[in-house]
Amino acid sequence: MAIESEVVVVGGGLAGGFAALAAARGGADVRLLSYKQSTLAQASGLVDVLGYPPDGAASDGDGGPVVDPYAAIPDLPDDHPYRAVGVDGVREAMAVFDEVADRYRGAHTDRNALLPTHGGTVKPTARYPAGAAAGVASDDRDALLVGFERLVDFDAPHAAVHLENAGVPFEVEGATVAFPGDLAADAKVTRYAKLLDEDAPVETRSGGQRRARDALAAAVETHLGGAERVGFPAVLGDDDPGAVRESLESALGVPVFEVPMGPPSLPGLRLEDDLYAALDAAGVSMETGNPVVDYEPDGGADAAGRVASVSIDRNGAKIPFAADQFVLATGGLVGKGVGSDREGVEEPVFDCHVPHAADRYEWFDTDAFGDHPFARFGVPTDGDLRPLDADGDPEFGNLRAAGSVLGGYDFAAEKSGSGVSIATGHAAGAAAAEAVR
Amino acid sequence: MASTPHIAVLGGGSTGSGVARDLAMRGFDVTLVEQGNLTHGTTGRMHGLLHSGGRYAVSDQSSARECIEENRVLRDIAAHCVEETGGLFVKRPEDSEAYFREKLAGCEACGIPAEVLSGREARAMEPHLAEDIDRAIHVPDGAVDPFRLVVANAASAVEHGARVETHSEVTDLLVEDGEVVGVEVEHASGPGLRVHGTEGGREEIRADHVVNATGAWAGQIGDMAGVDIEVRPSKGVMTIMNVRQVDTVINRCRPKGDADIVVPHETTAILGTTDEEVDDPEDYPEEQWEVDMMIDTLSELIPMLEEARTIRSFWGVRPLYEPPDVGSEDPTDITRDFFLLDHDDRDDLPGMTSIVGGKFTTYRMMAEQIADHVCDRFGVEAACRTADVPLPGSEDFDVLRDYMDEFGLQSPIGRRSVERLGSRAEAVLDTDGPNPVVCNCEGVTRAEVQDAIEGSGSDLNAVRIRTRATMGNCQGGFCAHRLAGELEDSYDEPTVREAWDELLQERWKGQRHALWGQQLSQAMLNYALHATTQNRDRDPADADEPVDFAAFDDGPSDAVDGHSGGSADDTGVATDGGRDGD
Repeated sequence: MAIESEVVVVGGGLAGGFAALAAARGGADVRLLSYKQSTLAQASGLVDVLGYPPDGAASDGDGGPVVDPYAAIPDLPDDHPYRAVGVDGVREAMAVFDEVADRYRGAHTDRNALLPTHGGTVKPTARYPAGAAAGVASDDRDALLVGFERLVDFDAPHAAVHLENAGVPFEVEGATVAFPGDLAADAKVTRYAKLLDEDAPVETRSGGQRRARDALAAAVETHLGGAERVGFPAVLGDDDPGAVRESLESALGVPVFEVPMGPPSLPGLRLEDDLYAALDAAGVSMETGNPVVDYEPDGGADAAGRVASVSIDRNGAKIPFAADQFVLATGGLVGKGVGSDREGVEEPVFDCHVPHAADRYEWFDTDAFGDHPFARFGVPTDGDLRPLDADGDPEFGNLRAAGSVLGGYDFAAEKSGSGVSIATGHAAGAAAAEAVR
Repeated sequence: MASTPHIAVLGGGSTGSGVARDLAMRGFDVTLVEQGNLTHGTTGRMHGLLHSGGRYAVSDQSSARECIEENRVLRDIAAHCVEETGGLFVKRPEDSEAYFREKLAGCEACGIPAEVLSGREARAMEPHLAEDIDRAIHVPDGAVDPFRLVVANAASAVEHGARVETHSEVTDLLVEDGEVVGVEVEHASGPGLRVHGTEGGREEIRADHVVNATGAWAGQIGDMAGVDIEVRPSKGVMTIMNVRQVDTVINRCRPKGDADIVVPHETTAILGTTDEEVDDPEDYPEEQWEVDMMIDTLSELIPMLEEARTIRSFWGVRPLYEPPDVGSEDPTDITRDFFLLDHDDRDDLPGMTSIVGGKFTTYRMMAEQIADHVCDRFGVEAACRTADVPLPGSEDFDVLRDYMDEFGLQSPIGRRSVERLGSRAEAVLDTDGPNPVVCNCEGVTRAEVQDAIEGSGSDLNAVRIRTRATMGNCQGGFCAHRLAGELEDSYDEPTVREAWDELLQERWKGQRHALWGQQLSQAMLNYALHATTQNRDRDPADADEPVDFAAFDDGPSDAVDGHSGGSADDTGVATDGGRDGD
């Protein structure tokens, strides 16, 4: 017999997490099936809602960043996932996010913030970790950026002069310092974070011993000049980043912020921790580590009409999970919720329709940042987020989709990935709970 | 002689850089000009096979003899550019037994060491060969890194006093009184190292003799002086796999055909190739069917290729040439031999010699003959030494030394760095500062990148060909911004940004032909990392209109104390996730 739940969510990233949370809070008995680590570790940890309108091509320079993402949503194309959710739906989902991720800021305004990136530019985002808050680019306090000489992902002098060329309303300097402690040349960012979390004793140049946070502050102090805030790469603690930041702030006498980085991203991992704590608290059952490989249709006359169960593959054994309602939140091309081969593009679990050109040479643009059709690959849905087949009819009556598995939007160009995942996840989960009532 | 003859060598591929080195070593005053990076043309777009000669052992035995001779020379003088993989000519059941015997006899006739293996023995050597491969001939094929080889030749030329100008396109030949007296070039970014954003300029380079070693572009150079050089450019596709399915060069043992070779290279393997005549060496179609044919046909030899991951494809153009009266219909029939065209004898245009046709493996021998020819012209008596004097990086080549400990590098990074740098390892890796890894896929460290920047200016594509950075699985997704950061010490930010963008575009170019399966996932990830995480696609620094920073959120009111809370009402919010939904 299959393991029974009321709602099964396939996928454990932001979309799956918020779907499961909404369904559980809607009163359903929810099970979340997640295969690998979510792609949150690969994301910066900034939570974007909408940074740019989808029609302004990247290269033509028009269409600057969106100030108010909520105001821009009604103008999005009909097939954009936000249109299924609506402005109110996005607001409702973001309110849940704000409650779950209480270390995030930005809820005090509808306006986007512009956050410095580790490449040295700024990007629009709706929510940012408290640890990054002092770094917002519309704040006119002069800044010092600090990089570590062995940490190649953040070149602080380069980022500083790049920010100035991006026109930020403050002076910014960059300095490179040696990180205290004897970290290997290719130490992972988690090693930096751990050393600061533990505030471990490190050896100083003079041969004495000193706590890591103090030693770091001392290394930065000589570069401080007139800076009114100091930015570091996002390695300031994993377990207790607040305490690390507070120590540095009190030693340096100015606010300290983190500059979000690429993978592996500590802010992304911290967000994942918060999300899973909320899922635990909401009573969601989680089954992780094995992929969902197949589904069984309902055995009724209209065999393709409903999903009866999905199966995970555990060491070659197929284990079915039955439910009344299902949410597909397996991610896009990166998370492998959308797959492809030389012949075509597919959604591998339910084989939902994924529109794409027959000729794979029409999947991409010749410019690296051109308008890539592949970036929009995913399942189309109706207004209830149910995937649609090639004829425009729902694939299954009890399957909804959320997050990057959805087609019709380019999250990278729009800077809308997290927002779409949270909003559609929340809506799909809430609708699933509603349906089992 | 009154003064040292000055020779202008056109073309920075293997032939041109080989000629420049040889002439410089013989005491000439040499200027090498190249329109792009070194290896920009054909040399940078080949499968990097170091021929044993086996490939020509039936069809062209004189070429085969040259190949085995030069194969031995290059293993000696260019040890840090060569991997002695060995090669197999494998026979499928439907391939001709007679041809197999002819191939074997040809190898023997040309002095190419050849050993027959049973299908079982061949599979013991290369376990992924198809089950029905019935026989194979083992020959001393190898893999050679054309980038490293050409850079080493150019470096040697410079050591012997030559001037090397990359990104300098020949815009005209200077002809006075019916004689070529030099060239006019357009420096894309001024003479010397290439620096992005630097204004270029024209320069007349007067020379006593011009050597046209521009390969597929030789006809265009000829046109500038009104002489006809009938190069017949022929394109070939190569597809790069993300791992080495084989450690030996695998050739198919049949007379001729497309998609019949796999060459292992560093972490990758390269599938090749096709042979199709094109009109213009710069502008020809790059098509899906060509890539599909590589995979489908070579899967007959190595079945796992059918499902394997490709990381990009690229096309090269052979500079084929045949004397005007031959008239081959099929480019595969055109000889791979090279031709020295003395335009004085041939066209009554003294002052220039063109070199066309030929093969990468025999580049040094070609260079020797051209240099001999130039020596004859000027009555210079100087012996060729290029077969005996190792290239920079291959002097005292001893990769067995334990550089890993010496430079604090972990294996396999230390091992790979030292293999790339050869005898230059110590000079490059022995730095004062920390030496972190910049490109993880290829294990390239900061010291190596900084060394390349010193050699090539702000051009990150030139850094790429010198180091292999960005050439692995992720195709620069994780390291392009790091390379840009490495330029920061020496160049201003707009220059860095331009170099960075150029690198991203170049890396995208070849990946486009590998966009399915895992590499499509990788491409989406790279796009997301560059566009989402870094906002590289809409960088306000590149925008026409300034951003109105004041219109955006300037932070929660108590941002000074960012840790303990944002706006007052969200401090102390319950984190129980709320079971209040039911």
